[in-house]
Amino acid sequence: MLYEELGGRGFVVVAVALDRSPDDARPWIEAARPTYPALIDTHHVLADLYNVVNVPTIFWIDERGRIVRPNDVAFGSDTFKNLTGLSSARHLDGLRAWVRGEGAALSAEEVRRHQPLPTEADQQARAEFGLGQWLWTQGRAAAAERHFVRGGELAPHDFTIRRGTMPMRGIDSMGPQFREMRQTWAAAGQPYYRPLPDTRGAS
Amino acid sequence: MDRFTLIDGERVAELPARIDGERVRLDAAALQTALGWAVHDGLLCSDVMCVPLADEAALVSEEGIDLAGFARTLDRALAVDVAERAAFLGGSARERAQALASQHAPDFTLPDLDGRLHSLSEQRGKKVLLVAWASW
Repeated sequence: MLYEELGGRGFVVVAVALDRSPDDARPWIEAARPTYPALIDTHHVLADLYNVVNVPTIFWIDERGRIVRPNDVAFGSDTFKNLTGLSSARHLDGLRAWVRGEGAALSAEEVRRHQPLPTEADQQARAEFGLGQWLWTQGRAAAAERHFVRGGELAPHDFTIRRGTMPMRGIDSMGPQFREMRQTWAAAGQPYYRPLPDTRGAS
Repeated sequence: MDRFTLIDGERVAELPARIDGERVRLDAAALQTALGWAVHDGLLCSDVMCVPLADEAALVSEEGIDLAGFARTLDRALAVDVAERAAFLGGSARERAQALASQHAPDFTLPDLDGRLHSLSEQRGKKVLLVAWASW
């Protein structure tokens, strides 16, 4: 679809699954049959380097390796539009124009203004995740749980920790505990997704 | 001495350590062998860099190198579980923020489903849509 349309134009998708194991991501990847790199990130390396706090999060990176659109929210289809209020169309239109050289990405100043940078608490939360994830791989589930919970307390906006650890903790990540977490977060006036302003305008 | 696991990125080091309440002191020689860090002349050094020590005596004693002080000196996040005899050295908030603020996309290397490794830097010269997603 998108990649097949634009792939010949010096454009590539790099998809990174923040999942507990390759097998969790496998059905989705096999169904998509991607011809671009579809990578597995059980240690949340990408979240650590790019300050990713939820999925999906997208970035545009130019030919020189510069971030020209930081942490934005975009879906490949409108499946989740009712849930998120976000349409995939505006992002895809903007992406097409950028790839074809018909439209600009963000300026360096705009990138700087919109870029979320990690705090000490964010990185402490990621260290707690890292310790918990290692303990989980060692079969020490009760100890892992302590660090996953602590990570979520340190960075309550980080759903790669609060929701992303649910499969390791035997919690249904689409179930009542997730819905309650999300409702409590929304009731506190906090956004679950944090799209850039021009993406938000598409809702 | 206890056995203690210190995780630094992809490196998982098993070190002799002395544990006293919440305090963990790592065997200095083992720390140098496993992760390449050593203290000498008021500096904490690896192969590629040295960090000056404000208080060498607080970091190093005959009983080893203080783990919390070690992480603090390197400005790294640290998660510790004394009961589990394990700790994880995380990324420095300052370093991560500086790297992102430079607007250079940080490079990473990750496996695909077949275990084949791919790096972002292999895509240099192309426009990249980088997508973080998950099955959850």
